[in-house]
Amino acid sequence: MKQAGMKEEVVLSLRNAVHRYDVNTEVILPDLAVKKGEHRLILGQSGTGKSTLLHILAGILKPTEGMLEISGTDLYAMKEADRDEFRGRHIGLIFQQMHLIDSISVMENLLLAAMMAGIEQDKDRAEKLCRHLDIWEKRHSLPETLSQGQKQRVSIARAVMNRPSLILADEPTSSLDDVRTEQVIAMLTEQAAEAGATLVISTHDRRLMNHFEHRTLLGGNPGQDGKPGQDGKEVHP
Amino acid sequence: MNLWTLTIASLRKRALNSLLNILLLSLGIATIVTLLLVSTQLEDNLYENAEGVDAVVGASGSPVQIILSSVFHMDAPTGNIDLEEAVKVIRHPMVERAIPLALGDNVRGFRLVGTTTEYPGRAGAELSAGSYWDYEFEVVAGSVVAEALNLQVGDTLYSAHGLSDAGHVHGDHGLMVVGILAPTGSVMDQLLLSAVETMWGIHSYEVDTYEVDTEEQDSATVSAADSDHDHTHAHEQDIDHHAQDDHAGHTHAKGRPVTDTSYLNPANLDEQITSLLIEYRNPLAAAQFPRFIMDQTNLQAAAPAIEITRLLGLLGIGLDAIQIFAYILIFASLLGIFIALLNSMKDRKYDLAIMRSLGAPRRKLFTLFTLEGITLSLAGTILGMILGHTAVWVLTGTITEAQQFQMSAFRFLPEELWLLGISLAAGLIASLIPAIQAYRTDIAETLTKT
Repeated sequence: MKQAGMKEEVVLSLRNAVHRYDVNTEVILPDLAVKKGEHRLILGQSGTGKSTLLHILAGILKPTEGMLEISGTDLYAMKEADRDEFRGRHIGLIFQQMHLIDSISVMENLLLAAMMAGIEQDKDRAEKLCRHLDIWEKRHSLPETLSQGQKQRVSIARAVMNRPSLILADEPTSSLDDVRTEQVIAMLTEQAAEAGATLVISTHDRRLMNHFEHRTLLGGNPGQDGKPGQDGKEVHP
Repeated sequence: MNLWTLTIASLRKRALNSLLNILLLSLGIATIVTLLLVSTQLEDNLYENAEGVDAVVGASGSPVQIILSSVFHMDAPTGNIDLEEAVKVIRHPMVERAIPLALGDNVRGFRLVGTTTEYPGRAGAELSAGSYWDYEFEVVAGSVVAEALNLQVGDTLYSAHGLSDAGHVHGDHGLMVVGILAPTGSVMDQLLLSAVETMWGIHSYEVDTYEVDTEEQDSATVSAADSDHDHTHAHEQDIDHHAQDDHAGHTHAKGRPVTDTSYLNPANLDEQITSLLIEYRNPLAAAQFPRFIMDQTNLQAAAPAIEITRLLGLLGIGLDAIQIFAYILIFASLLGIFIALLNSMKDRKYDLAIMRSLGAPRRKLFTLFTLEGITLSLAGTILGMILGHTAVWVLTGTITEAQQFQMSAFRFLPEELWLLGISLAAGLIASLIPAIQAYRTDIAETLTKT
């Protein structure tokens, strides 16, 4: 465990990260320094290493080389069990597929996040999130009875349930229309702000470009200018 | 939320599958529990009833048959023996005690046994009402008989010839209930006891004459020819309570006075009894006495301990076969649990990855799956035990032999705890491979594939 020292404001720091799946497949990842409360978009087409990057940032895929610090903690210097615990308490994850646990209710899915992280199950917090994300009526329902939009909201609520310092979202809008995309992004940014969390979204969805001040480009041109982009380059509108 | 509620929710989600696995396991467990209860209680009851009886002497024939008929009152006797020959046995120096048994009649299927008061005494029976017989035709009822026939001291019974409830009723002579035994848990509860002379008297009543004790007739001579009225009436109802008897005009013959040794009167030597329950004077007799019976008489001496062991051995082959079948059922159900958990593991691979991403350590997922296996096996075992005890309860309520052996559905055996432990361990083993696979869930790989 290392302290960031002077870089206190930086919540997420990735340096010199490389991941090799095998001798022929190597993903070189850009250096990242994301500050507290910042909303960062990582843009890239399929195969540019977005998922690899997100998994490494989430502490579920150890990079072959490089270092990741979250809130000053070197995540991959920790034992796996400690890293699991850290992830449960400090990182909220949102996936493209919502993948709620279908045998338990909406409320139980939220409480599950606390249970798995080994922290107190704050029922009031779960109820507040249900109200806030407009899933109050469905709080005792099984996920199979929910609409896609409701599932997405539950997924977001589950990610922020433990008041994480970092929220990572993988392709949260890829299958949504423009209206739903606007709503989801609004919800994500609002919840991140409410939790005081840093938000990192990994996507290939160009529609999100204008919503984020901080963007990192992966694997070429992501955007609207029609020119090839530089891998890992931070762009500002 | 905890692992237990998560387990129950997961099993509930696959309700039909879970239920079938539980049911399959419970059938195997129920079979084992039923066999355990029946065989243990049968064995205990057999040995308890034979306690204090070193040998049974009776007419030649099957040794098992004479033990079953004279000790457990289950089978037909091998025949009768002359009292004259029985007396030689009774007076043998190696015999500490010889209790005579005279069988051949029943009251509504309950056997009437001519014997001495030593017979109930040997079984530790005590009177709950009345007294033992002082005269011929006085009977003492076992607790089950008294309850089944609603008997009270002073009631009159009519016995029927034979050992089952289908023979010719001796309606021409009533037997008065003078005592009722407290429950013993032995075969004694199922019997009606009287003096040996009563059995002789019932069957020779047609030719003998006795003083009759009735309010309507101060003295009477009853013969086969003029007993038609009583006989017919007895067929209609072979139990009369005292108050009714007075009106019906039945005759209660008070026979001759009897004692525990009066049957040995030389005047009775031409009579017959069924068997003798022998208690040896010393252990050496076990080797010598049967040889004496074989060499010096036309009788046979059967040792209950040997015959019970032989009987249980024969019975054991059948029980073993059923037991093997039950174990196959249990194995099949555990295999079912294993397959169900394995499939569940595959179906829930993403769920497990999500749980890991939420911070669950590997051991938590391992525990989750072993908990599911243990829960299924625990539910199957408990249901099986309930079914097993219920099966014994149904058996004791419907099968006469089970009632005769005083089997209880509410007896719990230490073996059942073992069964529970073994079953839980097997459930744990069945869940180990799926649990290990859950433990090894690679979050990144699983999430990347979806």
